[in-house]
Amino acid sequence: MDKATKATLLDPLYDKNPITLQVLGICSALAVTTKLETALVMSAALTFVLVSSNTIISLLRNKIPGSIRIITQLAVIASLVIVADQFLKAFVYDTSKQLSVFVGLIITNCIVMGRAEAFAMANPPAASAVDGFANSMGYSVVLIYVALFRELFGSGMVLGYPVFTQVKDGGWYEPNVLMTLSPGAFFLIGFLIWVQRSLTPDLQEAD
Amino acid sequence: MDFSNKYVLGFTLAICLVASGAVASIADVLRERIDKNQILDQQRQVIRVAGLAAADDPLPEEKVAELFKSIEGKVIDRKTGDVLSDLSVADVDPLKMAKDPSASEETPAEFKLAQVSRLPEQLEVFEVKAEGMECIVLPIHGKGLWSTMYGYLAVEPGGAKVKGITFYDHGETPGLGGEIDNKKWQAGWKDLSVYGDSGEVKLGVVKSGAQRDENFQVDGLAGATITSKGVDATVKLWLGSAGYGPYLAKN
Repeated sequence: MDKATKATLLDPLYDKNPITLQVLGICSALAVTTKLETALVMSAALTFVLVSSNTIISLLRNKIPGSIRIITQLAVIASLVIVADQFLKAFVYDTSKQLSVFVGLIITNCIVMGRAEAFAMANPPAASAVDGFANSMGYSVVLIYVALFRELFGSGMVLGYPVFTQVKDGGWYEPNVLMTLSPGAFFLIGFLIWVQRSLTPDLQEAD
Repeated sequence: MDFSNKYVLGFTLAICLVASGAVASIADVLRERIDKNQILDQQRQVIRVAGLAAADDPLPEEKVAELFKSIEGKVIDRKTGDVLSDLSVADVDPLKMAKDPSASEETPAEFKLAQVSRLPEQLEVFEVKAEGMECIVLPIHGKGLWSTMYGYLAVEPGGAKVKGITFYDHGETPGLGGEIDNKKWQAGWKDLSVYGDSGEVKLGVVKSGAQRDENFQVDGLAGATITSKGVDATVKLWLGSAGYGPYLAKN
């Protein structure tokens, strides 16, 4: 693997993480992370959309007229999102019900259009696919981290299996309701950003 | 790079055609599966609220089909309460009908609290005939704090007593209003009476911790006053004269 590919693949996981560094895609990171299961399915859906949209847009990049490039990207992304949504409804119906509108909202997920505009329009298909995959992973890692802790502290479970037995079921754990609400996700993401920037002072912006 | 206007138009057209063609064909291939999932999901809810299976029973497809043999879906006329035997539940979608001005009418003012703006002319009911478990399952919906709550209410034939309640789709705050999913709270509805002496719907929800009539009312959810009020208004709407009332009076 050459250096450029490696950078494309690894940067979005840490140094250029779309959520913690660019602070994109926060809306879904708050909305679908009360349970780990929905976060995993959401990550898979986003990975599919982002890899495919980056590849398709990169293939078309020399054919797309500049004046209508944004709407062309949107048409491609929107179609892929509908396809992903239909597949979820056909194969994991219960989870897709919990994700409800948020799969549809991948269309407006800033990460997808951001990568199309910033990377796929200027790079060949293979590199764009790698970039799409890497950014999806950067998104997924944060989503899974947030969902893991929200489910664990919010309801004492991981993937629906009880880890801490709740008081109402005869155990000892009093669930932290804050974690099940959106602000809980803000705290977790804020904490992650703080840790990351403390470990890597280069990432801190000047005041 | 410069492109002529003709090229731009042609390109737009091509993208639109290819994208819509691809989406439509994939949606078409998957439609059957999705429809099946939706029906199965609805049937599972009906079975659970009727008490034919435990709440945590995953209910595989074959079991749903088996249990549903004793359940009969019927379409009724909302105002008269008569069963329309020439229609089957597969042909009718009351939620869609409520959006069509020609097949629905505005909700009477006294039921406005449920924030359901229009009521369809036809409704669905599920009559459960299983031995010893006879009941009628009614689809209900109404607005809580954030969202419309969709659910099912199971009542004894005639509507004298509640057998169960469940919500299958809502966007209430998890841990607060979202506790309408709590099985213990739902269990509190069982065996409550519905109608008072003069036929008015007395079944309802009171504010959490408030004094209540234990024959008719269930305790509200702590920290979820508006959701509790929404559920109260929802059952009063659907069991009342503008909802399933006329049908229940005949059955």
